[in-house]
Parts: sequence; C-alpha cells; structure tokens
Amino acid sequence: MIPTSHYVILSLLLFTIGVIGVVTRRNVIIILMSIELILNAVNINLVAFSRHWGSVDAQVFAIFIITDAAAEAAVGLGIIIAFFRNRETLLADEMDLLRW
Amino acid sequence: MADQVLFYFFAGLAVLSAILVVTSRNTVYSAVFLITTLLATGGIFLTLRAEFLFAVQIILYVGGIMVLFVFVIMLVNLDVSVRQLQFNRQKWVATLLSLVLGGELLAAFALARNNQQGRDLLGLPQAAATALEPNTELVGKVLFEKYMIPFEIASVLLLVALIGAVVMGKKRI
Repeated sequence: MIPTSHYVILSLLLFTIGVIGVVTRRNVIIILMSIELILNAVNINLVAFSRHWGSVDAQVFAIFIITDAAAEAAVGLGIIIAFFRNRETLLADEMDLLRW
Repeated sequence: MADQVLFYFFAGLAVLSAILVVTSRNTVYSAVFLITTLLATGGIFLTLRAEFLFAVQIILYVGGIMVLFVFVIMLVNLDVSVRQLQFNRQKWVATLLSLVLGGELLAAFALARNNQQGRDLLGLPQAAATALEPNTELVGKVLFEKYMIPFEIASVLLLVALIGAVVMGKKRI
C-alpha cells in the first residue's frame, strides 16, 4: 500500500510545474493548459485524501472541479478565438487593451 | 507490489509529460503531452480505487476538453507562433519564485506532519481497502443525496459556459 504522502508530493510537483507554465509562457493556449495541470494536481490530492479517510465526499468535489475545468476551457477558448480574430496573435503580452 | 510499480510508473509519466507540456515549443506537442499527463492521472485514480473518476477523467478530460483544445489550435495558425519567442522576459525570476512557492508548500507539509502536537495526521492508519468498495454506487449516492443542490448549480454553471462560448464565437462581439 502506497502512503498518502507520496500522492501529496506528486500533486505538489504537478502543481508547481503548472504554476511555472502559467508564469513563464507567452502563448495563451499553453497558459490555459497549465491551468488544467493545476486543477489536475488538486484532483489527485482530493482523491488521495478520500482514500485515506475512507470517505467518498472528496471524489464528488473532484467531479465538481472537472465540471469547472470544462466550463473554464470552453469560455477561455472562446475568448482566445475572439481575441485572435481581432488581433491576429496569441501572445499574452499583446493583451494590453486595459493597460494604462 | 504491483500497486507500487503502477503508482511510480504513472507518477513518473505524469511529471515527465507535465514538464514537456510546459517546455515544448510547438502547441500541438504540448497538447499531446497534456493528454499523456491526464491519462497518467487517470491511472493514479485507478491505483486509488476511484474507478468512477477514472472513467470521468478519460471521457471528460481526454475526450472532451482536449478535443476542444486541439480544435482551437487548428483554428488559429501556428506557423507564426512557433517562430516567436516562447518564454517571456522575466522567465528565470518567475521560475525561481514558483520553485520557492513549491518549496514553501513542501515545508508546510513537512511541518504539519511533524508538529501536529505530537500527532501525525497522515501517520494515522489508512481506511480499509474495502471502505469505498462499490465506488460508482457510493459516489452516485453521495452526489444525489448530500450534494444535490451543488449538482444543480453545476448544471447552471455549464449553461452559463455554453452561452458564453457561443457569444464569444460569434462574428462580431
């Protein structure tokens, strides 16, 4: 039986990689993919603790997080398409209409 | 034993392809490696005996969200974006700060293990392997009894996302 702490450390690694992706990449699609990585790390944590305590509630939370990820991906990709149509670029640095 | 081999295989696969998602130049490669990470995460759910979440992960993430990503990558041209600079100027500072954040989380985790007034929460014995046994039935029971109202609110959220995606995809917004 694998100790729960190994799952927590795996989820920590995936979370950190996702954060690095969000703050270093310029391509908006890859930033969205890194956000999916972060949400996945949270899911691993939830399921590991659900297993640890023998309670199934956390798995329901994980289902809600997956629902959220789907909604976020749909709206985010819609925004990316609208932005690409207007500015012909995918770089996050170019999204500066609101910058003063 | 087989459990441990499977866990370390899937964990290594997940971390390796997550690193490749973040570092590869081509967006399509990133998407393919993200699919690998998501499949490996599904395998990790399987080692945790969460069969329902495994199926949801494959069907929803790999079958739904990733298809959406690949479609959008196809719609926007990527010949231009491959030749552009992939990382922004403050990448080293940003990476360092992210690693500091990760180290901080690890330190908090280690301290919480050692310092819980002499009690180690994760050192407590795990629940019996059969505690979550008919997994799908248990998840369904909890989802439709205890979390009925959040479930309905999630349907409203999906409706909002649907309308938002349609509005964003229109010709003139």
